[in-house]
Amino acid sequence: MPHAPFIIASFVVTGVGISWLVISSYLAMRRAEASADELRQQP
Amino acid sequence: MRRRVMHRFANPARFLRIAKPLTPWLLWLGIALTLGACLWGVFFTPTERLMGDTVKIIFVHVPAAWLGMGGWTGIAIASIVQLVWRHPLAGVSARAIAVPGATFAAICLITGSIWGRPTWGTWWVWDGRLTSMLVLFFLYLGYIALSNASSEKGDTSRVAAVFGIIGAVNIPIINRSVIWWESQHQKASITLGGSSIDQAYLVPLFVSVAGFSLLFGALVLMRMRTALAEMRIEARMRRMADY
Repeated sequence: MPHAPFIIASFVVTGVGISWLVISSYLAMRRAEASADELRQQP
Repeated sequence: MRRRVMHRFANPARFLRIAKPLTPWLLWLGIALTLGACLWGVFFTPTERLMGDTVKIIFVHVPAAWLGMGGWTGIAIASIVQLVWRHPLAGVSARAIAVPGATFAAICLITGSIWGRPTWGTWWVWDGRLTSMLVLFFLYLGYIALSNASSEKGDTSRVAAVFGIIGAVNIPIINRSVIWWESQHQKASITLGGSSIDQAYLVPLFVSVAGFSLLFGALVLMRMRTALAEMRIEARMRRMADY
């Protein structure tokens, strides 16, 4: 049984999972902090 | 003294002054170490005698497993601090850990299953280690649902905190499962007393664990900052509605 597809699949799952988590967390943080700053500047 | 230090960081403004510059450092250092360790592990480590090249899955499977378990330990500690000392950031940090912890537990389960097929000849067995890790993943899902329901109702998620403490019972079960029950999974290779893993794998594995841990830290800080910003927005909207 060739091992390469199993190794590639493991690294792809990990890469996709962590990338999704980092990108979604970063975008949510930027959006929330921008909205909070915008509201604070309103009189 | 310890209590005074803890309450010094109870102020969200003070926390943000530290978290804002720390987040990019943790994130970029984590990405660099993780990528470096994975490339090192895949291309520059030898083929193992029994497992062949599938041993290279260790560089993502083991850090994911440790962080899945470490994440719940963090939730339990933060929940105790929230309930006992009413630290305002403890509940926020526990909720911020939940989604990254669940993701790492899922990565551990999926990569373990992929590793099991060529090594054990099966994708899954219902033994102590695999089942208790699956239970941990479901505990994370339950915690996320409970804390979301609590925050929608506007309370301080005391039920989620209690659930976080009770769920910690599963952590020693995962750890000891390969000793208590017959398991396809190998016994612990790294203990406080030493390691049975060859240096050729051990060094990139530790670099990988360090990289994943820094990434985990960056994720928790980002999610805490999001939660604090949302709380500021809510407070401001409430004040505006009062006028």
